[in-house]
Amino acid sequence: MDRYDVLVVGAGPAGLAAARAANESGASVAMVDDNPAPGGQIWRGTSPALPKAKVLCGARVVAAPTAGRLTLETFDSDFDVAYGALVIATGARERFLPFPGWTLPHVMGAGGLQALAKSGMPVTGKRIVVAGSGPLLLAVADYLRRHGASVALVVEQAEQAAVMRFGLRLAQHPGKLVQAMRLRAGIRYLTGCWPVSAEPGAVTLRRGARTWTERCDYLACGFGLVPNTELPMLLGCGTSVDDFQQTAAPGIYAAGEVTGIGGLDLSLVEGEIAGLAAAGQRDRARRLFAARERHRRFADALERAFALRPELKALATDDTFVCRCEDVTLGRVRRCAGWREAKLHTRCGMGPCQGRVCGAAVEFLLGWKQESVRPPLFPARIGSLSGERE
Amino acid sequence: MKITVNGRPVDVPEGAMVSAAVSLAGITAFRRSVTGEPRGPLCGMGICFECRVTVDGRAHVRSCQVPCRPGMEVRTDG
Repeated sequence: MDRYDVLVVGAGPAGLAAARAANESGASVAMVDDNPAPGGQIWRGTSPALPKAKVLCGARVVAAPTAGRLTLETFDSDFDVAYGALVIATGARERFLPFPGWTLPHVMGAGGLQALAKSGMPVTGKRIVVAGSGPLLLAVADYLRRHGASVALVVEQAEQAAVMRFGLRLAQHPGKLVQAMRLRAGIRYLTGCWPVSAEPGAVTLRRGARTWTERCDYLACGFGLVPNTELPMLLGCGTSVDDFQQTAAPGIYAAGEVTGIGGLDLSLVEGEIAGLAAAGQRDRARRLFAARERHRRFADALERAFALRPELKALATDDTFVCRCEDVTLGRVRRCAGWREAKLHTRCGMGPCQGRVCGAAVEFLLGWKQESVRPPLFPARIGSLSGERE
Repeated sequence: MKITVNGRPVDVPEGAMVSAAVSLAGITAFRRSVTGEPRGPLCGMGICFECRVTVDGRAHVRSCQVPCRPGMEVRTDG
């Protein structure tokens, strides 16, 4: 079994920054990522220079058999890796909210459609409505437009005033302001507007008293991001970190969006601090605290501006599927006392995604939080978990 | 690069994922849900499992996470 001083899970911006900092501090470093190439969702295989580290891509963590060891599975193999220190940089996923028609094949995530397009799915000539919440919507619209799609409009659930306040805040970060203005130019952008249903080849939108239907080949719809906390939950270390990005478990660090949604700049500095600290370079890590603080204030403003409005809780009806893996309706879930009962009685959250999609939706709709995670973290082959390897 | 989707040849660009090949084959329903609904990719990043297909006989492969390889045989059940 291979052993590394520092093992980094997640090769997005935070993970890459951590791996680079740890490697430059003299530690032996490996990075694990479920995706076929490093870079995370934002860079997707086109990240700037890679750090000198062993890169295990197309590999997902399925279990943590003993302390200091993770079990990984790839398309056609499984193996264990041992570590001295661990940096969890598992990033975030999109929050999807259920509404009638959200399971139709033309409805995808906003970041989801962008990721699929980056993976080679053709969008040229497609008429697309981008909907949901957060600055990602404009970035997605801009990407799709530059790749030949016709972006009919972008609809943001937050009110104009909140988005404007956030825009003014961007003025303190001139680089971000320029980026936002460039993205916004020439795109029809409606605030205080959200999808109420999707129909084959269309979406029905509401803004104030007006409800209307827009034809679209794709509806790209995501309501902000939620951290991927399954691994820290499995390890029992949580996602609260100290100044050095160390979790409640000594030697286990967390950096980037897994600790809270904060964007690229915050992820980079958190990753660097975690990588330095994991390699024993605390004094060097300390020099980055002020920069991290600045980026954290930006993250707080982001969260306030794009807070989800309560009207979105009324979009799903009792007949709407909440759990797409097991096709469980909101009506059935609502009748349960909590997550545990819902899992046992309806199989909500028990399918292949293991609650990664319905978990955030149920938390928003019913206020239930998933309390525990069990191995395997992802559906795995029996052989990967039997321990008979080496 | 040439692969097949449900037995039909599809030309895919270098670096494309299996999800792209299925779309290029004109398929929108990648699978059927447990109640028989047509489903396609949602998250594009390996989280949601909605884009599952069979690749070279291996079932339940997330098509958005697997790069195409020449001669690959992909099947959808949508």
